[in-house]
Amino acid sequence: MAQDNSRSVLIVLRRSPYGSSLAKASLDVVFANAAFDQAVDLLFLGDGVLQLLPGQDSHILGMKNVGRLLASLPLYDINRVYVDAEAATRYKLDLKKAPVNTQLLGDAEMHQLMLNHDHLLAF
Amino acid sequence: MLARGHSIHRVFFLDAGTVAGSANSVFPQDESNPARLWSNLSLEYGVDLVICISSALKHGMLDQVEANRHQRPYPTINPLFTISGMGQLVDACAQSDRLITFGG
Repeated sequence: MAQDNSRSVLIVLRRSPYGSSLAKASLDVVFANAAFDQAVDLLFLGDGVLQLLPGQDSHILGMKNVGRLLASLPLYDINRVYVDAEAATRYKLDLKKAPVNTQLLGDAEMHQLMLNHDHLLAF
Repeated sequence: MLARGHSIHRVFFLDAGTVAGSANSVFPQDESNPARLWSNLSLEYGVDLVICISSALKHGMLDQVEANRHQRPYPTINPLFTISGMGQLVDACAQSDRLITFGG
């Protein structure tokens, strides 16, 4: 849980993993928060759900493997990872094989999730 | 926002946003000049303009220290901007009652 004097932060990830450098940059923000003991929750929204694809191989792109980075989230005590259910269905994503445990949310639940946090950091 | 009495603790530039701090951008006269607008925020209101170091280096945004460290001939950022780490974003989140994300 967040420390007493800190604010609850929801990081919203909307970018596909390798289309730009922003997916990696936003994960850097996630890990920076963890490094400074600021608890964060994550929401993968829209195209961002593609970051959860199983079996990612980014070697040929010369980019860091986003799936592997996500697999390390529990080591940073980041355990609340939410997913846009409609986007996951649209992309036929098999979340049982995703790099990290997630929880599916419908539109109304995502709205409530955003309301429940002090800050949204959206990428 | 500033005119309404709010204070802006910090603006943090990430990824491609870091080029906002370039000292060398040239804009056509009939277009807005975002570099000057950012500078004015710093000069008139003392807003802290911070460029993320890992993104900055990839985009060629260097201050004198980084130019020396990486053997580049000269700095490329406007000295009104500061290069620093993501801790500055985490700190700004913790200290501010409102947070706004632009672009992306």
